[in-house]
Amino acid sequence: MVKKPLPYTYTEEKWIRDRYLPHQWCPGCGIGTILKAVIDAMDDLGWEPEDVAFVSGIGCTGRSSGYVNAHTFHTIHGRAIPVATGIKLSHPELHVVTMLGDGDGIAIGGNHFIHAAKRNIGITAIIVDNSIYGMTGGQVSPTTPENMKSTTSIYGALEPPMDPISLALGAGATFVARAATWNPVHMRQIVKKALEHDGFAVVDIKSQCPTYFGRYNGISDPVELLNWYKEHTYIMKDPSDIREGKLPLGIFRDNKSKVELSKKYRQLFEHLRKEGENNG
Amino acid sequence: MELVFGNHAAAKGAIDAGLKFYAGYPITPSSEIAEELSVELPKVGGIFIQMEDEIGSINACIGAAYADKVSLTATSGPGFALMQEGLGLASMAELPVVIIDVMRGGPSTGLATLVGEGDLLMAIWGTHGDHPVIVVSPGNVKEFYIYTQKALVWAETHRIPVVVLADEVIGHSYQWIDEWPEPIKIPERTKERVLEIFENPDDYLPFATDEEGHIVPLPPIDSGIKWHMTGSAHDVDGFPTIMPEKVKRLIERLWNKVGDIRDELIDYEYLGDGDADILLMSFASMGMSAKQAYLELKEEGYKVALFRPRVLWPFPGDELAEIIKKNGIKKIIIPELNAGQLMLLTKAFLADKGVNVQYVGINHQYGEMISPDEIKEAVYNG
Ligand SMILES: Cc1ncc(C[n+]2csc(CCOP(=O)(O)OP(=O)(O)O)c2C)c(N)n1
Ligand code: SF4
Ligand SMILES: [Mg+2]
Repeated sequence: MVKKPLPYTYTEEKWIRDRYLPHQWCPGCGIGTILKAVIDAMDDLGWEPEDVAFVSGIGCTGRSSGYVNAHTFHTIHGRAIPVATGIKLSHPELHVVTMLGDGDGIAIGGNHFIHAAKRNIGITAIIVDNSIYGMTGGQVSPTTPENMKSTTSIYGALEPPMDPISLALGAGATFVARAATWNPVHMRQIVKKALEHDGFAVVDIKSQCPTYFGRYNGISDPVELLNWYKEHTYIMKDPSDIREGKLPLGIFRDNKSKVELSKKYRQLFEHLRKEGENNG
Repeated sequence: MELVFGNHAAAKGAIDAGLKFYAGYPITPSSEIAEELSVELPKVGGIFIQMEDEIGSINACIGAAYADKVSLTATSGPGFALMQEGLGLASMAELPVVIIDVMRGGPSTGLATLVGEGDLLMAIWGTHGDHPVIVVSPGNVKEFYIYTQKALVWAETHRIPVVVLADEVIGHSYQWIDEWPEPIKIPERTKERVLEIFENPDDYLPFATDEEGHIVPLPPIDSGIKWHMTGSAHDVDGFPTIMPEKVKRLIERLWNKVGDIRDELIDYEYLGDGDADILLMSFASMGMSAKQAYLELKEEGYKVALFRPRVLWPFPGDELAEIIKKNGIKKIIIPELNAGQLMLLTKAFLADKGVNVQYVGINHQYGEMISPDEIKEAVYNG
């Protein structure tokens, strides 16, 4: 058996469990590009695999945790965030990273997503936003653009898409950004800032699913699909830089003033301990 | 002497056992467990968090169980229904969580403030697939303390979810307690225990078994050992597989898991002189009503016995059959606050035991206890 199917860099050797390769993603899929940005950024930050808990739900994106050399948990559909919440609160010293599908994170897991934002718990939420349910065969997702096709919106999606950025901002997330797989350098910079952030950090990453989203919308060639995303997104100069019919990429909020939740618990413990000493 | 509220006894049991994590969502008649733990847990450096719903609660508990040790949530029927998928994940990933279900009348919102005992079969079979779970059922306030602790210790020791089936009457009654039993403590995870089985930490396999065939212990997360877990069918390394022989090995082991530790778990109260004709049997608070009926009937000279299982899964079928044979019991009377869930289990487990008894069910499903008098009536009527 070939032990290393790919020419490895140092980062990949350290962060990827090569015994589980080859991975399950289709040729041309964006998930691998995103996972690479995440592990590169973790490495840029000088993290060690022992310091990281990497949690995912169910979906094509959900498979990512198995490949990462860290404390990993492939949970159930939509529940990566509450599981990560339990991990972060009981071991605040861990860097807790989640990779969520758009269905996983925003549809079935939407309630957990907004409440994690509200709590400002120290979890990084990387949304692999491919506007489709990849794993289950290409059904419409909360971020499928209006009129675009899928196996359950063959006449074109009737509903307008949800914007994970506005959702995260409205729910109180303290770091909110968008990136896209067509610009991996920009993506890696953004992901690094999100990982560094001490609080709930959301990065919505526009990612290509050539197999379903592409195929049902006449753009099944991965390069063509990447170009489609490139045409429909732009790197904003600042949040006032709004362009009609296109999605801005960049950082929408980076608020360092709110205390992260697991730290608040430790402050409470300390306070109660002192109070106990004074009374006893 | 201390006058103790049922739900507070459960909270105290958990704290005394060393609980460090609770996540829950308020629901009558369980909320006082959360309220009490929200006060007490932070004092001992433990996490109390009120989640957005019961799905979030069970999954936060699963996260804490992965990273630290056994965790606790408490709920009632509607919330327990929402927790079923998470319970399946805990069974499959073999992570220790304890769910206290303070039962109320159902279905649906049902009788939010009144007693019911209709969650027995849901506790055993509520999540999909053949999965292992332990179900315990205290009968009064003091037992609520004891069995919450046992649940926490068993869950952590055997890496399995445990359901504590109490009910509104237990949760909301006061009982005089002269002395608390010596608490039993949740065992801590240690690297040493793991290294007794795996010499090299890099060889750790989270779903391997030890020499006796029991699931290996989990390492502390800060021990440098890393592992993967999933709710998908998996191999011993925790990585998903659909290879039939590997899946077969996993599912058979999971399904037999509770049976393999049966001797340690089986627990019931049996009262009788060995010559009874009639056996009274029930669980949760109805177990105590049956006990009162037994005591009074005995006084009146009736040949009766009492069987009150405090562990319902694994089901004490063998033990029950033996009691029936030893006494020569001819009739089993089961008073329960549902349409006959304990009756169904009892009949199923006695079916191949060569006993020939008549079954009588007394069933209330409208929020009122079955009084000892009503049970006695069934005995008087022959
Ligand atoms: C409770 C539950 N409902 C439905 C499913 C089926 N399911 C698995 S993955 C998935 C959606 C996947 O889409 P997404 O979350 O966007 O991830 P992707 O595959 O696109 O990465 C669904 C509906 C499930 N596993 N569990
Ligand atoms: S189905 Fe789509 S999202 Fe899933 S692996 Fe294939 S390309 Fe990627
Ligand atoms: Mg998707």
